[in-house]
Amino acid sequence: MSLLDLQRDFQSWLKTESNEVAARFGEPSRAGLAVYLNNYRAQLLACLTESFPAVRAWIGDTAFEGAAATHVDSVPPSAWTLDEYGRDFAETLDMIYPDDPEVAELARLEWNLAVAFVGPDATPVDPAALAGIDWDNAIIHLVPTFVLFPVSTNVAALRSAIHDQQTPPPVARLPEPASIAVWRNGFTPMFRTVTAEEAAVFEQLRQQQRFGDICGDLVKRMGEEQGPALAGSMLRQWFTDRVIAAIS
Amino acid sequence: MHGKHLFGLGLRKPHYADFLDAAPVAVDFVEVISENFMVAGGRPLNVLRRVRERHPVALHGVSLSIGSADGVHLDYLRRLRELIDAIEPMFVSDHLSWSRIGSFNSHDLLPLPYTEEALARVCNSIHRAQEVLGRTLLLENPSSYILWPGGMTEWDFLSAMCARTGCRLLLDVNNIFVSASNHGFDASAYLAGIPADCVRQIHLAGHSQGRELLIDTHDQPVRGSVWSLYAEALQRLGPVATMIERDDNIPPLATLLGELDVARGIAAEQARRVA
Repeated sequence: MSLLDLQRDFQSWLKTESNEVAARFGEPSRAGLAVYLNNYRAQLLACLTESFPAVRAWIGDTAFEGAAATHVDSVPPSAWTLDEYGRDFAETLDMIYPDDPEVAELARLEWNLAVAFVGPDATPVDPAALAGIDWDNAIIHLVPTFVLFPVSTNVAALRSAIHDQQTPPPVARLPEPASIAVWRNGFTPMFRTVTAEEAAVFEQLRQQQRFGDICGDLVKRMGEEQGPALAGSMLRQWFTDRVIAAIS
Repeated sequence: MHGKHLFGLGLRKPHYADFLDAAPVAVDFVEVISENFMVAGGRPLNVLRRVRERHPVALHGVSLSIGSADGVHLDYLRRLRELIDAIEPMFVSDHLSWSRIGSFNSHDLLPLPYTEEALARVCNSIHRAQEVLGRTLLLENPSSYILWPGGMTEWDFLSAMCARTGCRLLLDVNNIFVSASNHGFDASAYLAGIPADCVRQIHLAGHSQGRELLIDTHDQPVRGSVWSLYAEALQRLGPVATMIERDDNIPPLATLLGELDVARGIAAEQARRVA
């Protein structure tokens, strides 16, 4: 058997546990194949367990182990690092829990927090150093770990309660579409729920639109009083959150 | 003899604070799992940089997959090179095994057949890796649970690999013990068969008895039988950097330092005998 054929067969064994494939390796390999199969599955399950503690706490150990086993069966690992294996777990949970969207949303939140934990470093802008900024022409750059994803439930409150070992609130659909922002402040991953209005502004920032133009859009949508007030309050919040990496 | 006795431990998350405390930890070097630090930023990389200011660091990888029939991945090597350039490690090592084929990555250290075809593939990949990394690689003998029929012995394979590529060896004494037990070969013959002047580092670890085979679990103290084999290895190798691996069921640092003192004692005893 060539090296390539051997490795393809071994891959097939790990993914399918096929007796036909195992037979090709011969009887003396039987005990060893079982060890490698156990190591393979145990390592992937342990990776998911470590990556999604809040999901496990929310759905319970038995359900989590079932969902993780389904994921291992349906999504073979492909990245060079094991840490990537949880990337698609939320999609598996979407399929398993179509009527409980908070489960997959909790996984998305945990995944993005984990990504932010080892994301690129950045030093947030110090508000004290902003004198003389031409805000009309300013372009605000967010820290490189900043991401935004849509949610339909109170998953932020669920995750906070689970993380703090408090009793989680009842799961609830949000009255309006919203998103969760995730970023890292120093070495600590952070998150908060943002309104559709603020999410739209974050999208404008991502497109590097001038702050003056963004404020102009807010005035058109919300009026002369509320538009600038909202822009000011969002800006203050971004400095508090330390999500602004640079202003150019 | 080609080196000097150095004694190190793995840098693992439960011990980060110990290694960053004001009092220095009594080790000559620390070893880290390379992939855990091949990241853009954040706390783990910061910890490694700070520990590096205090100790030499060895980078030990698990994802190189030097035995893949379709070769090593350039993207992986470039990322590893970035870490090497940032940390300036004393050793860069990985395993004589394969993990990946095509788009599938098992994240396990799977056994190679010790055939001429596999040797040619491994040597080709070592040349490529050493070229991209700008470093001599250390390859570790794996613990294995399958011995493919029809090949050469593992020690003959390692010898030929070193001779053809200039790579060096990370000799895992526990892995020799585990594989010898699982496949019924003589661990002393293994030690006699490897090129002693190519060994740059030794690993020690614990193992467990599985249903039918010994399993390299890294979750136990080093066993007495492995300490004996370590003493025998030092007789053949002379002074060499030794490191204890503990990846699961991790005890307080003081416990591992106590184990490292056992290694120091054995090395001192061997040195006395030689003298």
